[in-house]
Amino acid sequence: MKVTTVVGLEVHVQLHTRTKIFCGCVNRFNPDAPNTQTCPVCLGLPGALPVMNQEAFRLSLVTAMALNCELARFTKWDRKQYYYPDLPKAYQISQYDLPFSHDGWLDVSSEDGETRHIRINRAHLEEDAGKNTHDESGRGGDSQVDLNRCGTPLLEIVSEPDLRSAAEAKAYLEELHLLLTYLGVSDCNMQEGSLRCDANVNLHIEQNNGETIATPIVEIKNLNSFRGVEAAITYEADRQQEEYSKTGRKLGDPGVEKETRGWNAERNVTFAQRGKEEASDYRYFPDPDLMPVTVSDEQLAEVRGSLCEFPAARRDRFEAEYGLSKYDASVVINQGEKFADYFESVAKGCGDGKQAVNWVTQNVLRELNERSVTVADFPIPADVLAALLQRIVNGDLTVKSGREVFDELLSDHDKGMPPSIERISAIIDEKGLAMLADTGELDSLIDATIADHAKAVEDIRNGKLQAAGPIIGKVMKQLKGADPQTVRERIIERIQQNS
Amino acid sequence: MSLSTHTTQDLLDQLQSGQLTSTELVTTCLDRIDAHDERIGAFLHFEREPALQQAAEIDRRRQAGGTLGALAGLPVAIKDNICANGTRTTCASRMLENFVPPYDAHIIERLRQADAVLLGRTNLDEFAMGSSCENSAFQQTRNPWDTERTPGGSSGGSAAAVAAGMTPLSIGSDTGGSIRQPAAFCGVVGMKPTYGRVSRYGLVAFASSLDQIGPFANDVTGVSRLLEVLAGHDERDSTSIDRRVPAYSQNLDQPLDGLRIGIAKEHFVEGLHPEVEQAVRSAVDVYRSLGAEIKEVTLPHSKYCVAVYYIVAPSEASSNLARYDGVHYGFRAEKFDNMIDMYSATRGEGFGDEVKRRIMLGTYALSAGYYDAYYLKALKVRRLIRQDFDRAFEEVDVIASPVTPTPAFKIGELIDDPLAMYLTDIYTISANLAGLPGVSLPCGFSSEGLPIGLQLQAAPFEEERLLRAARMYERETDWHTRRPAMNSNSAS
Amino acid sequence: MSELTVDDVKKVASLARLKLSGDDIARYQKKLENVLSYVHLLDEVDTSDVEPMAHAIEAVNVFRQDEPRDSLDQAQALANAPQTDGKYFLVPAILDEA
Repeated sequence: MKVTTVVGLEVHVQLHTRTKIFCGCVNRFNPDAPNTQTCPVCLGLPGALPVMNQEAFRLSLVTAMALNCELARFTKWDRKQYYYPDLPKAYQISQYDLPFSHDGWLDVSSEDGETRHIRINRAHLEEDAGKNTHDESGRGGDSQVDLNRCGTPLLEIVSEPDLRSAAEAKAYLEELHLLLTYLGVSDCNMQEGSLRCDANVNLHIEQNNGETIATPIVEIKNLNSFRGVEAAITYEADRQQEEYSKTGRKLGDPGVEKETRGWNAERNVTFAQRGKEEASDYRYFPDPDLMPVTVSDEQLAEVRGSLCEFPAARRDRFEAEYGLSKYDASVVINQGEKFADYFESVAKGCGDGKQAVNWVTQNVLRELNERSVTVADFPIPADVLAALLQRIVNGDLTVKSGREVFDELLSDHDKGMPPSIERISAIIDEKGLAMLADTGELDSLIDATIADHAKAVEDIRNGKLQAAGPIIGKVMKQLKGADPQTVRERIIERIQQNS
Repeated sequence: MSLSTHTTQDLLDQLQSGQLTSTELVTTCLDRIDAHDERIGAFLHFEREPALQQAAEIDRRRQAGGTLGALAGLPVAIKDNICANGTRTTCASRMLENFVPPYDAHIIERLRQADAVLLGRTNLDEFAMGSSCENSAFQQTRNPWDTERTPGGSSGGSAAAVAAGMTPLSIGSDTGGSIRQPAAFCGVVGMKPTYGRVSRYGLVAFASSLDQIGPFANDVTGVSRLLEVLAGHDERDSTSIDRRVPAYSQNLDQPLDGLRIGIAKEHFVEGLHPEVEQAVRSAVDVYRSLGAEIKEVTLPHSKYCVAVYYIVAPSEASSNLARYDGVHYGFRAEKFDNMIDMYSATRGEGFGDEVKRRIMLGTYALSAGYYDAYYLKALKVRRLIRQDFDRAFEEVDVIASPVTPTPAFKIGELIDDPLAMYLTDIYTISANLAGLPGVSLPCGFSSEGLPIGLQLQAAPFEEERLLRAARMYERETDWHTRRPAMNSNSAS
Repeated sequence: MSELTVDDVKKVASLARLKLSGDDIARYQKKLENVLSYVHLLDEVDTSDVEPMAHAIEAVNVFRQDEPRDSLDQAQALANAPQTDGKYFLVPAILDEA
């Protein structure tokens, strides 16, 4: 019996505008001062009217374009009507039959390394509701309503049911998160609810007779972390399988309707939710207070011209241009745009993509984690790291010495000294880390000295490395400023090479 | 002094020349309200002191030689469905009995800038739904010409206040005739501008795609003066049109050369009171005698207006009035079992019968399975109605018609027959559906002594032509100078 | 058609969140049915090629710039509310958690 989990995601993204979608109240997460960012419009006061925020519409176009969507030339706003205390007009201004965009896609790397092409049904623009807080004591106390969030521009991105596992759903959401962050259309702060997700989940179960049945579709509401998405879908798939084995109920059976469930992140379970409206009949109709929008070719060209390079394209380019492996390119890109920018500056500056990727994905990333900072606050600027790596690439510095300089630059920073290209040279000098510019000179000097110390050479060959002392002393005397460690290593190397 | 013999222009001239102070004028109005409004019931609430203070301030500024607004010192009464910061705005509904808006409607800002004196708040049918002021939750306004009769509605309070000489100017809103019909019933001039000409920001919505604010006065000049102040673009109303506002009162007295008046045969059919028909036809004769060309036009879809309107308006209303749910403002029921019951009890108790009926009708028309048959169908016929007008206005400049099928009806006469009541809007509704400007002006009296109105309609944004055409007729007649006998109910 | 049953009226009243008495329902049923049967006058109009007209004017692309305006302060926002705790609007417990 083959069981496939089938998932479609509805992702709600708060757009990063200065003001709300229909009024001039600031668009800012502010739960600590409830009901301080409202006006007659977003309070839904009698007589107040909405006017569309142009930037919210532009950011919507940018996103839909990045999601490869078809953009409608004519779009309008509709009222979706239901009663809930966080919805002061008792309707949400949304888009029903003529959304501004439809039929796009997003490529996602699945667990097996395959690229999965996830179709997007539509993206539409709407207003966010306020926030209700319930009495948690269980004594049935009053609920509280804060309308600061009410009227935040919200983009709803609806995927087709093309996702085939909990992990794939998570990967889709991560890729979407990355893309939205790249585009700068949203801060995508999941703790603050700027990216929220509903998951439609059911199972396709292949029967012994080769027939496939589908379990009833469940919509899990309000998932607000990557882990939550994965865990909730995993739980729900198991629950549906168990339910099916008990009841045999399947999609299309009489009386089987789409069920809405919530996700309890503490107990790691989904739970049945009562519907907001007994029979949800939203009575959509065109909002008479808002005029339709037409989009011209010129406008689309302008938006297209303003787009940045998308993560997927950049991943491919990094592989091609800097010779990165698929894996390394993904690690760099998935860290976000700023990190990828940092990598690219370092790679360009030092002329060696592989060297750069090793350093940024290992040393830099480790430091960022330890310091709990983003690359924007990393103490070593990209040009400084590039200068350091260039010396390694040129053979002026060993990788090991490079790490020493790197650590020293960081401890400089911690002492209040800004890392700079000049400091690299100073550190190399102080620590005598330089590999000699002309190794031929050092080698011929060593060879000449070795020839005078046959006994010591013999001892070294026999493993008595401390016998190198006199030879080092002789060489150092003639080559002032050389690093004794380097000289020592080189002497031992030459003796062993010549044996 | 008495307002009844003075036009808006007279009053403005007297204020300007110093013959009259705003304080005197406002005092006269307030005294008249005191004397007669117990009987007429035009005002829902007003405060003497703030109005007098405002008047005194304007007088002071005038004396000091300061620059004053276009309506400086003139009192204006406001229909109680237009928000003014800090002033109770009830919509004649229990639901908003104690609602105090924290903001000014666009037109209130305009009136303040024009230095008009905000006199008080006039009665209406609850949420502007009705044609008689019988649906006010608080009081019945009576027609100053015959107090057994309604003043019309929904802006009945504003029309009655002007007719009774309690204010020279007032503001109404018109969704299906709510300015023009009471103007006709009360024998004053009332105008509905083109949709988008006056900002709706701050007008409590009934049916958003039909609502429009407009002026009342005793004559066309007064209406023009007031419209000049109200009209203009407002970026807070997406349906407000950014277009120059002509100085309507400037060339008002210049007759229009070659004016073409349209008469639609569909307007003169069964149900039209013979005296109303007679008065309107005589008015058309006046135009003919002034050299206007009278042409017959056809508006083949006009018989569908009422049906379209009573789907579109309740549908939008059902949505616009959903917000009155006892959470963020307004009335909340005292007894309920839970959240959902709180909503239903609040709305069940807070709204009156007609409002609930229209919410039900609209909810039904928009609900799953009925949307296409009712709402969508109505929107399509609405376009056909508009196209009729577009064609007609290729032939003529204005269309003349009755405002109402009959003069003012009696209080209680139609209250139990909503459909019959709805059909009284048959001549006014199409201007709202098509977005056209329309004006109602006095054109005669019935044998019972009730005023009869003439309606003129024009193409969108042709207010200037419409008002000049109206003034042409007004100059030739004296209907607009007649006033109801106001037998004071207080000893004088 | 236009057969508006008592059940239809109850369903609509529930959708519209209007608590009606039994008498009300009977009255509304009759009056609404009157209006609806009148509206069926529209059935005779051929609208097959007609675009619906949702607005009284044909305008498009009305936008505002993304510039902040002053908000109301908390006290003003809550001033008209039937029940508050000075910070939040209060409503009877919302029950949607299982």
